Amino acid sequence: MSMNREGRPTRPEGSAAAETGTWTGNRALMLEEPLLFEIGDAETTGVDFEDYGSPAKAGAQPAADSGPRPSPGSRLGGMARNRPIGLAGLSEPQAVRHYTRLSRQNYAIDLGLFPLGSCTMKHNPRLCEKMARLPGFADIHPLQPIDTVQGALELIAELAGWLVKLTGMHSVAMSPKAGAHGELCGLLAIRAALEARGDAREVILVPESAHGTNPATAAFVGYRVESIPADPRGRVDFEALKSRLGPDVAAVMITNPNTCGLFEPDMTAISEAVHAAGGLVYCDGANFNAIVGRVRPGDLGIDAMHINLHKTFSTPHGGGGPGSGPVVFSEALTPFAPLPFVEKQGDQYVLVEEETAGEHHGQSFGRMVAFHGQMGMFSRALAYILSHGADGLRQVSGDAVLNANYVLRQLQDVLDAPFGDSGPCMHEALFSDKGFAGGLTTLDLAKGLIDEGYHPMTMYFPLVVHGAMLVEPTETESKAALDEFVGALRSVAERAKAGDQSLKDAPVHAPRRRLDETMAARKPVLVWKDADEAQAAE
Amino acid sequence: MRYLPLAEADRAEMLRAVGAASVEELFVDVPGAARLSAKIAGLPDHASEMAVERELTAMSRKNLPASVAPFFLGCGAYKHHIPASVDHLIQRGEFLTSYTPYQPEIAQGTLQALFEFQTQVARLYGCDVANASMYDGSTACWEAIGMARRITRRGKAILSAGLHPHYVSVARTMARFTGDQLVISLPDLTSEPDTASLLDRVDSETSCVVVQYPDILGRIGDLSELAERCHSAGALLIAVVTEPVALGAIRSPGEMGADIVVGEGQSIGVGLNFGGPYVGLFATRDKYVRQMPGRLAGETVDAEGKRGFVLTLSTREQHIRREKATSNICTNSGLCALAFSIHMTLLGERGMRLLAQANHRRAVEAAEALTRLPGVELVNESFFNEFTLRLPREARPVVRAMAEKDVLGGVSLGRLYPGEASLANGLVVAVTEIVTEDDIAALGSALEEALA
Repeated sequence: MSMNREGRPTRPEGSAAAETGTWTGNRALMLEEPLLFEIGDAETTGVDFEDYGSPAKAGAQPAADSGPRPSPGSRLGGMARNRPIGLAGLSEPQAVRHYTRLSRQNYAIDLGLFPLGSCTMKHNPRLCEKMARLPGFADIHPLQPIDTVQGALELIAELAGWLVKLTGMHSVAMSPKAGAHGELCGLLAIRAALEARGDAREVILVPESAHGTNPATAAFVGYRVESIPADPRGRVDFEALKSRLGPDVAAVMITNPNTCGLFEPDMTAISEAVHAAGGLVYCDGANFNAIVGRVRPGDLGIDAMHINLHKTFSTPHGGGGPGSGPVVFSEALTPFAPLPFVEKQGDQYVLVEEETAGEHHGQSFGRMVAFHGQMGMFSRALAYILSHGADGLRQVSGDAVLNANYVLRQLQDVLDAPFGDSGPCMHEALFSDKGFAGGLTTLDLAKGLIDEGYHPMTMYFPLVVHGAMLVEPTETESKAALDEFVGALRSVAERAKAGDQSLKDAPVHAPRRRLDETMAARKPVLVWKDADEAQAAE
Repeated sequence: MRYLPLAEADRAEMLRAVGAASVEELFVDVPGAARLSAKIAGLPDHASEMAVERELTAMSRKNLPASVAPFFLGCGAYKHHIPASVDHLIQRGEFLTSYTPYQPEIAQGTLQALFEFQTQVARLYGCDVANASMYDGSTACWEAIGMARRITRRGKAILSAGLHPHYVSVARTMARFTGDQLVISLPDLTSEPDTASLLDRVDSETSCVVVQYPDILGRIGDLSELAERCHSAGALLIAVVTEPVALGAIRSPGEMGADIVVGEGQSIGVGLNFGGPYVGLFATRDKYVRQMPGRLAGETVDAEGKRGFVLTLSTREQHIRREKATSNICTNSGLCALAFSIHMTLLGERGMRLLAQANHRRAVEAAEALTRLPGVELVNESFFNEFTLRLPREARPVVRAMAEKDVLGGVSLGRLYPGEASLANGLVVAVTEIVTEDDIAALGSALEEALA
């Protein structure tokens, strides 16, 4: 099927248009959109050349002769480009249309309840977007003299203060760029602390229900990972953990509340046992939304915890990032925190970087990233925190937990909840595929839920439950929204339990049907190639 | 509270439905000693939009933004003009508030945009394939070093003296824990980058040579011979590009033989943001794609034979391989990658070439103007939009003095290499298309005054 320059498939037979009965292959507001490289070209551009003449006097009229002018003398050292880059351009109207049409093929929080367990898909306040875009925050360079960015350093310090107080810890490293980066930060601090003690330990214990980033991070830092089993109530098997502790165990990585959506009641005892054995406790803070304002992880004896600002503090998920993963530290780990960080000295804020670290931060394990961290996410998170305040944040966790328990109890008659009898859940409800008939799976249920107008819940995680489905509604859902979601999920669950084979074809209403992931992995096509390049590649 | 829709009546009804007398009862698993009975003391209560806006706006006014001062800072973050539609498009809720595209049937917007992004990056860098972005250039750089170690099974990485000192610092931190041996050196204020000395140091224990292009002082070196030398020794050449706009005017590292090309994409679409969020770019050869970290969007078909896109080769990643993953990374820099891609689309081939020309032209004019000042010398033989001046005295106090007059006149090498006397008089000046004739004049006056 070939495309003409406008991107419409040329007629006729075998094209997608045959399915829809429309010439375009579109279905009213469901609009197909070709690739940029199929509709753009090397000449078209959506910017104006007048900007690119000689440097204008400020306020002067743009140069009359636009376009390329002879340069005053090239200083490129003979390295000038001598072949095209291969980019395709669009005019502004075309570009706006291209990306608007693409956007309409995405589900999003702005469209409906997004029940992804452990992702905390809460509403993203637009005030936060406005504040992040204030020129004083958005248009400053990380290497400007610090006298010219006191407001930025103040913002970082204020956010850091909130995070420390909310968690009851001693200090916070603001520079990690995402949750996994924060895990790395925490483990590097732990390793640095043990090395400083002259105590090289090789093993980190990770619950089998842990998120994949936990063992991946531990392995990267050079540790051997050993698994701790879960008990029948879905919690870490404390006895198994205690019996494994020893002089070779550097740390334990615990998620609390855990990935089954349950609070670890033995957490304080776990911390005490680990410390007694000479180890340190890392807490994965992905589920902090369940306890913010009600429990301080510091009171549970942990040594380090990363906070996902893009979860609990609602910085936008953006289709996969950027995130931000500040790490709070206990007093024991504070000396090893990475550079740089913000400090108040007198009435001035300073940035402690490599040069000033030597004086009183000589044990820092070093720098993890260029510059200072995700300022754009800090301004959003602080706007969110100031909006909620101490009372609002406590309400966040209360409503989040209430909403999840409501969903759990409303569905318990139709979906198996493996830990439903052991008490309330926290901010997420966990179901299994027990009772599904006709060979139907969690995947089939999820695809059926897509047709109902929802993004599916987290699937097949945690690994400790068969066909796991983890539902986290968050606190920004109204009761009406919950009831509608429960009704939709009930409907699809009933079909799964009845062995309704039409679920194998789901989704049927989405912009795409099920996609062939096997083919994508076996013969990876990761960039667009024009006809000549594609042929040359074969 | 404006973001919390549950009413008291709702809560009462829901508590009845779950069989609890109060919300507090749902926290029964939390040991009493750890449970806070009331909101945390010493923190303010909720605030209206207006109040938050007032407070944060006042805080933002304590900063001097690039838009209100003559602005010449670079060294890994650059100010370029971002077309107005970029910021509008990335704020569409379907982009802003969507998630990682793990359910591809309802995420084709994100996936197709990432596929286009990967294509743009691969072409810009002159490579076969690129990933769906990393956190930033510095983390992309150390991930590349790790990838070279995996491919060559060697542990010694030679870092060019011209590599951004923050990137060196990050690599150094990580090497402590991965056991890589790093060969590091300081730059000299000489006219050429250190390509020649790198050639001499490549040996049979080298996993990779990491070179920045253009380098931290703005110097541009030909990478072809270095690439050949690396390959003949069984090592990889990693090129780091902190200013992607440069590639609109100079040859790509990929075409010169670099095996892995990484860098910072911030210049295009993303903005200064005081250091983050940024977007790491990562590209390599087809044959190394399974060793590449980060997410990848790949083309496929759906059950009706329609073309579609999915995240692919996930067996490299943490959620599948756990402790055997190529990296621990989970997120990419999604929305920033989209902004980069939209800006690149608006530029296109022609716009990118013209943008690069405009940057270079302005930089050449600025260099000529500034070197007319007594005692101010240009270090570089070659440069794109960033060059280093040797001042007659220490540059750091000069930069501060200029800042007091609201001129943001560049980055002193004293800031990046504190305590290094041989570099203390160096001032790195970046000149992009946003710089006007008046700005250059203002910098000239401020510099002259500060040196007087």
